[in-house]
Amino acid sequence: MDQLHNIQSRAITDQEAQNITRLEELAYELRVNEVMTADLKALSPETPMVDALELFRSAKISGAPVISNGKLVGIISLEDLIRYLTNGGANSTVENFMSRNLITVRSTEPVVEALKLFVDTRHGRLPVMNEEGHPIGILTKGDITMGLLKALQRDYQIEELRTYRASHLFEDIVSDRTSLILRYTIKQGDFTQGGTASSRIKRALLRLGANPLIARRCGIATYEAEMNLIIHTEHGGIIRVEIEPHQITIEAYDDGPGIQDIDQAMRPGYSTASEEIRELGFGAGMGLVNISRCVDNMKLESTWGKGTRLRMKLFLQKPEGTPADKEIKA
Amino acid sequence: MNLHDLIGIIDGTLITKSAGLDREIKGGFGADLMSDVLASIQPEAVLLTGLCNPQVVRTAQMADVSAIVLVRGKQPPIETISLANQESVPLISTPYGMFEVCGRLHDAGLASLEQPISGECDCG
Repeated sequence: MDQLHNIQSRAITDQEAQNITRLEELAYELRVNEVMTADLKALSPETPMVDALELFRSAKISGAPVISNGKLVGIISLEDLIRYLTNGGANSTVENFMSRNLITVRSTEPVVEALKLFVDTRHGRLPVMNEEGHPIGILTKGDITMGLLKALQRDYQIEELRTYRASHLFEDIVSDRTSLILRYTIKQGDFTQGGTASSRIKRALLRLGANPLIARRCGIATYEAEMNLIIHTEHGGIIRVEIEPHQITIEAYDDGPGIQDIDQAMRPGYSTASEEIRELGFGAGMGLVNISRCVDNMKLESTWGKGTRLRMKLFLQKPEGTPADKEIKA
Repeated sequence: MNLHDLIGIIDGTLITKSAGLDREIKGGFGADLMSDVLASIQPEAVLLTGLCNPQVVRTAQMADVSAIVLVRGKQPPIETISLANQESVPLISTPYGMFEVCGRLHDAGLASLEQPISGECDCG
């Protein structure tokens, strides 16, 4: 939090701008009304200071806004109470001791604006006003810390929950053979989006609770297949992933033009890719070789003029009789 | 070595807003061919490359790369930066060339995470 305050208190340098963390992002995303204390313990100007003292003690607060006819007119802090205890008369009211120097924050402002105010004014609490200018809550630095912590926890829990739900999918649904099928349409020549499908497949596998190494192998194989559809087809193609508790089957297929010589295509370093594709870092003739290294089983069928179908399998539990040394490490 | 140390060694600039600079790096890998990266990089390496397109980020994501270092002071296009931010892959730019960056990091004790692949076809 200290770092956060320091950064907000002056112009942000380039070096600091680089170090923006999730916490700082949250300070911009969260609104004051999401973190403030809305249960307002307010006083009126006519309240005797003795009663104010009692309120501070019973509600365990260290400051309260002073409201008259729905309008904020002052604020009372512990310091004001001490001044009253030291030299105040028995008949003193809140009006005699409250601070009238009012610094407020609007409820719809991002938390970072409140942080700047805390740093600039050194106030301990800020009354929160709604759009009509009525006080609706109070904000302390502690409220902000709690709000940020809760938001961080929420981020974390959302992903945890997704992973939890997904990983129980296969246990919760009973059938003789359950499988989850994911389909992605890949556009020819769409390099900017290249890898989006593979990235989603990898994330899905991780959420389903797959071993990270399996998800990595699957991601690499699918990515190479996806790039092949983008680079080498006439109309793009489809990636279909079938996930079962014991295996993952990935199919990438298209309607042409097809591979003229499959043996040659499988040879490391052989490529028909253009110079433009090579400049993108692909077309080194390693795609199919990489795929075969990442999957447990691969079948490539192609008819020139018709299209290509690549089928890949990854076994999650080794089927009977598979020699252990056949496992290819990614 | 963590990302923070690495940035110091190569006079790097972090381009993405991603945090986690205290993350430990297991080693390094330098290549411009993404298929080579996919073929032989081991998880949690830093990838040194002269390639700036979004495919670098996708490759990094598939291969569990900890961070990408763009050599020779290259400034990536906005699509690459936004994808890197979206996928939380740190992008670092360094003014030095590939050879210099590899040398500096190797000197500083960073291991190679390049797994040799046999030149012959080992495909099934």
